[in-house]
Amino acid sequence: MLSIKDLTVNVGDKQILKGINLEIKAGEIHAIMGPNGSGKSTLSHVLSGKAGYEVTGGSVMYQGKDLLDMAPEIRAREGVFLAFQYPVEIPGVSNIYLLKAALNAIRKHHGLSEVDAMDFLTLVKHKVKLLEMDEKFLYRAVNEGFSGGEKKRNEILQMAILEPKLCILDETDSGLDIDALKVVAEGVNSLRSENRGFLMITHYQRLLDYIKPDYVHVLANGKIVKSGGAELALELEEKGYGWLEGQVAA
Amino acid sequence: MNTAITSRYVAEYDALAPTLPGQSLLWLQQLRRNALAKFSANGFPSPREEEWRYTNVSAIEKKLFTPSLNQLSNQVDANWLKTQQLADAWSVVLINGYFSIEYSQLEGLPESIVIMSIADALVKKSPLVESYAGQAVNHQEHGFVAFNTAYFTDGVLVHVPAKQVLTKPIQLLHIVTQADAMATTRTVILVDELAEAQVIETFVGLDNSYLTDAVTEVFVGKAAYLTLTKMQIESEKAYHFGGTYVRQAKDARFTHHNFAFGGLLARCDIHTDLDQASECELNGLYLGVKRQHIDNHTRINHLKPHAISREMYKGVLDDRAKGVFQGRVIVAEDAQKTDSQMNNRNLLLSDDAEADTKPQLEIYADDVKCGHGVTVGQLDEKSIFYLQSRCVDEETARNMLTFAFANEMVDKIKIKSLHDKVLEQVLVRFPQEGVEKDWL
Ligand SMILES: Nc1ncnc2c1ncn2[C@@H]1O[C@H](COP(=O)(O)OP(=O)(O)O)[C@@H](O)[C@H]1O
Ligand SMILES: [Mg+2]
Repeated sequence: MLSIKDLTVNVGDKQILKGINLEIKAGEIHAIMGPNGSGKSTLSHVLSGKAGYEVTGGSVMYQGKDLLDMAPEIRAREGVFLAFQYPVEIPGVSNIYLLKAALNAIRKHHGLSEVDAMDFLTLVKHKVKLLEMDEKFLYRAVNEGFSGGEKKRNEILQMAILEPKLCILDETDSGLDIDALKVVAEGVNSLRSENRGFLMITHYQRLLDYIKPDYVHVLANGKIVKSGGAELALELEEKGYGWLEGQVAA
Repeated sequence: MNTAITSRYVAEYDALAPTLPGQSLLWLQQLRRNALAKFSANGFPSPREEEWRYTNVSAIEKKLFTPSLNQLSNQVDANWLKTQQLADAWSVVLINGYFSIEYSQLEGLPESIVIMSIADALVKKSPLVESYAGQAVNHQEHGFVAFNTAYFTDGVLVHVPAKQVLTKPIQLLHIVTQADAMATTRTVILVDELAEAQVIETFVGLDNSYLTDAVTEVFVGKAAYLTLTKMQIESEKAYHFGGTYVRQAKDARFTHHNFAFGGLLARCDIHTDLDQASECELNGLYLGVKRQHIDNHTRINHLKPHAISREMYKGVLDDRAKGVFQGRVIVAEDAQKTDSQMNNRNLLLSDDAEADTKPQLEIYADDVKCGHGVTVGQLDEKSIFYLQSRCVDEETARNMLTFAFANEMVDKIKIKSLHDKVLEQVLVRFPQEGVEKDWL
């Protein structure tokens, strides 16, 4: 579903990603772990098409198409979803309005008619319940005045409603207390399916207690320095990142 | 500044004077003559005057606008006029500066409420007009007030007696149908002690070049409450100069919504004088496209203790449009415990658009809480990307954010029919591909 080859990315003159290789197949959950500043968010932004990053080499293929060629909204309509590390507040645009606009944009992209208003409400309310959120959130402006945890929950709510094919979660666990973490993890787990892939970016192993990854990769200084199974996360928890960062320097 | 055009207006005044209302009233004759003398000496305002720094009105001096001698109501398409009237309001219509009884909708208006032509009121020697006209603003204020005082052809007198609470809003619909016409109206609104009313002034015209010079004087009595909305949607070739001058008595509340959308060059002055423990809320939204120049001036005079003022003006400027905001808050020595907040936020949508903003606080009391903030900025790129990442294309994302910015001011309107009208006007000016009217 996603194939990243030798991806190098600059911000200004500074090289941030230094040759990333990663294959994600439908049905798989990949976790990327790494210390702060290693390039995790940069990778998630480049995949979703944020401006300000210069791809200097390599390629990213998504479902057989060149992902880097697509405008951000086309990537989103094609099923790439990024749950932001820092979700943006959009005063004056309500959650429910954005959800409807997004869902209809996806449907239009696939040649479908607009969603029926009743069906839409039913769907949204069902997902709101799943994430143990208050329905009032739907009518509030996107993320405006939300606590850190509420913002993260809202990202997962959007994901649950838009049903993307490739879910990228950038440090969704940070800022969540343990109860909220469980709810969010349940939301994510309910979306697990054999035709959906996940790229979970996290700094800690905590989230992986609730969402078990198939593969774990360690990103350090712009490179994947080690890959393994779920057990690698536990090893990192124990030893920290120091021993791996050493490998890069060498 | 006295110019050739000033002299021509003055030269034609004698011929015009007999057609102006109030010929038999000495006090008015005197007032008009004084105002004419002031206009004759100083002309229209010049950018050398501090309050006119950012707005050069010399464009109106290129031709002589002529007062229409009657309302010419036959030029009005009744169906079009209906679309401008609010369905759930009592409304009166002024055409080319003349009150037109023919289109008024006043059924069910309680008898104690006065809504009448000010020319009629003058003919009937209404003591109200004599007592109040010229009291909230003096013709010395600036050239357009002087001009208006000398030339006004008609206007509206609204009187809501004490303790009356109006169940429906009152709409004063000003229409200009004639090319090169000048519409000079004087309106007096009196809301007496403990009364409550909502008044809407709409300014609209056919697709011509014309000049509107409208002065509204407002008196909000003790503990009375007036909500006044100005919806300025003049033709895009028109010149609009409008002033609203308010006197608030003790405990009076005044809320103003100022939607400045139309006109090639539009200037609006809103002044209010606050007595003890009175409250005012001034809301404004100006939208400029193409080469529009839209200037809003507000002056809030805290004269006595414990008054509260809240002001929020927002501007959206595209193309080569220019927006001006000058907001003055003056706190007199006596006005202790004043609580005042003034804000102006501007959104520039193009590199050639411009916003000039100048908040001024003049505080002569020592125990007050006064704040102000201004911003001039563009759409937030982070927000645009966030919306794109949620499947919204870039253009729609920009539209949504622009609309959301403006809609904050539209949303403050409580009268549904008015709210929808204003919304419609916002959407006309910024086509909102992807933005639905049933904005949630
Ligand atoms: N817009 C930017 N301008 C300059 N440097 C940046 C920018 N974005 C990221 N960086 C740098 O790139 C590196 C990786 O950042 P990031 O991808 O946010 O790391 P992580 O998410 O792993 O903490 C850091 O050194 C950071 O300072
Ligand atoms: Mg990060």
